[in-house]
Amino acid sequence: MTEELTPPRRRFLALGASLAGAVVACRKAPVPSESGAHMRAYGERSPHEKTVRVVRELTKSLGTGSSRTPLGELHGIITPSGLHFERHHSGVPAIDPASHRLLVDGLVERPLTFSLDDLKRFPSASRVCFIECGGNSIGEPGANLPDVQKSHGLLSCSEWTGVPLSIVLKEAGLKPEATWMIAEGADAARMSRSIPVSKALDDAFLAYAQNGEALRPEQGYPLRLLLPGWEGNTNVKWLHRLQLVDQPAMSAKETANYTDLMPDGKAQQFTFVMEARSVITRPSGGQKLAGPGFHEITGLAWSGYGKIARVEVSTDAGQTWADAELQAPVLSKAAVRFRYPWRWDGKEAVIACRCTDETGYLQPTRDGFIAVRGLNSGYHYNGIKPWRVNADGTVTHA
Amino acid sequence: MRSWLLLLCSAGVIAAQSQPYGFGQPATAADTTQKDLTVFPSGKGLPPGKGTAEQGAAIYKEKCAECHNEKGEGRPGQYPALVGGIGSLTSAKPQKTVGSFWPYATTVWDYIRRAMPFDHPRSLSADEVYAVTAFVLHLNGLVERPQELNEKTLPAVKMPNRDGFVADRRPDIKSKR
Repeated sequence: MTEELTPPRRRFLALGASLAGAVVACRKAPVPSESGAHMRAYGERSPHEKTVRVVRELTKSLGTGSSRTPLGELHGIITPSGLHFERHHSGVPAIDPASHRLLVDGLVERPLTFSLDDLKRFPSASRVCFIECGGNSIGEPGANLPDVQKSHGLLSCSEWTGVPLSIVLKEAGLKPEATWMIAEGADAARMSRSIPVSKALDDAFLAYAQNGEALRPEQGYPLRLLLPGWEGNTNVKWLHRLQLVDQPAMSAKETANYTDLMPDGKAQQFTFVMEARSVITRPSGGQKLAGPGFHEITGLAWSGYGKIARVEVSTDAGQTWADAELQAPVLSKAAVRFRYPWRWDGKEAVIACRCTDETGYLQPTRDGFIAVRGLNSGYHYNGIKPWRVNADGTVTHA
Repeated sequence: MRSWLLLLCSAGVIAAQSQPYGFGQPATAADTTQKDLTVFPSGKGLPPGKGTAEQGAAIYKEKCAECHNEKGEGRPGQYPALVGGIGSLTSAKPQKTVGSFWPYATTVWDYIRRAMPFDHPRSLSADEVYAVTAFVLHLNGLVERPQELNEKTLPAVKMPNRDGFVADRRPDIKSKR
């Protein structure tokens, strides 16, 4: 037959031509494209990737509550913006950046308002830093939360870009008696916190970008206060006013909440810094090891006091400790990824990590924490979190 | 003449130093008024107004009781109690309520104005906020039912836990290897 004598390419072209001619008549299925999917103007992850935040909303005011970062599923130190934890006290406001203004007033020489465009004209700065909710791990010392998303998920780390606050305050001219600054958000309940001016002039900045793009609405779009190393609540989102004053306002969020009730009945107040802390994210609660052999133990460490100097890992319930490798760069007040190679023998094991920061602060054990602050301080818990690797490979709280 | 010039020049330098970039607009009184919510423990920042627990009871019943319950006992696990817990802060199960924990009456007033009712924050008038605050404080036995609270009398209400706070003393946990 002639067909057998025709070279393959010819045959293909001939087939194509005949198909083109016959397509209307025969309605044959089109040849599937091998060049892949169309491009997208704004990328999304693969449909196979399902990792999400755990959202807990209050019924009376939807949009109010918290969502937790799935730390056990993530890599490196940067939290994808769409997985950054949230804690809102009055929902997420819809703000038009064109009409948004930051008011800087009170004890300043020149009360000023700034548009977003004004703020973006100032010299800018970027910094990778963690934000951790002051209430991360509330209940952990008593409840032993089962997985790292539930126990530590109110921690995230991003690269933030904005203008150093000291530059903006210089523009307005601080009066010498200005010692505190009331930072207020434009959320429905106008959440506000009193911040010492010393922090405002130290390393605070006004962030308009996160991980290279504009802030997400849930992260304070179009402007938030960034106070590296300080509890999340002070990093006021949707920032619309900085009022310079000579005393704190004693707002609800700095008296009724975010204070640390001690065993003697007194509450420590203005406990801003998130102290050094680390946690193993793999293997961690809810995960399962495939079998004995090599497993990398990895996790995150961070300190509001500065840089992480050292992370140690124990695979024998804290009897012995060995240094983990810290992934460069190790940045001040940022999450640090640590790794430790481990050969699991298939027997039950309790693994844990502890960190030391550059000030020499050593992360406490759970019992060490409770011995000083008791079980009812609630906020700012930073005790060591051990995980039990069971013989069947499942991982649970130890 | 020369000294005048010198003076003018140095004034120019000072002005340039004082606002190095010249960005932003001078804030008007209206800019501040529009956003002026901050209230201090001294009462500074409180707007004029007045209300009693008697008046507050009706507003509370309509707008607050659904969450905080009829007598401020709250809904366990959902919405916090506003009363009770005095003397419980050193116990194994401390109850932190307005009465047992909140240090200033002005904080209660400020939080109600900003954040309450939870689903309609900033919807109450100043008089309504004085009245509801009076009612919540009355539930805690801190003001009499007919007692008027206003911008002068509110800051004078002494909360039971007024002296219950201490400055941050961390790092307070010394761990050993």
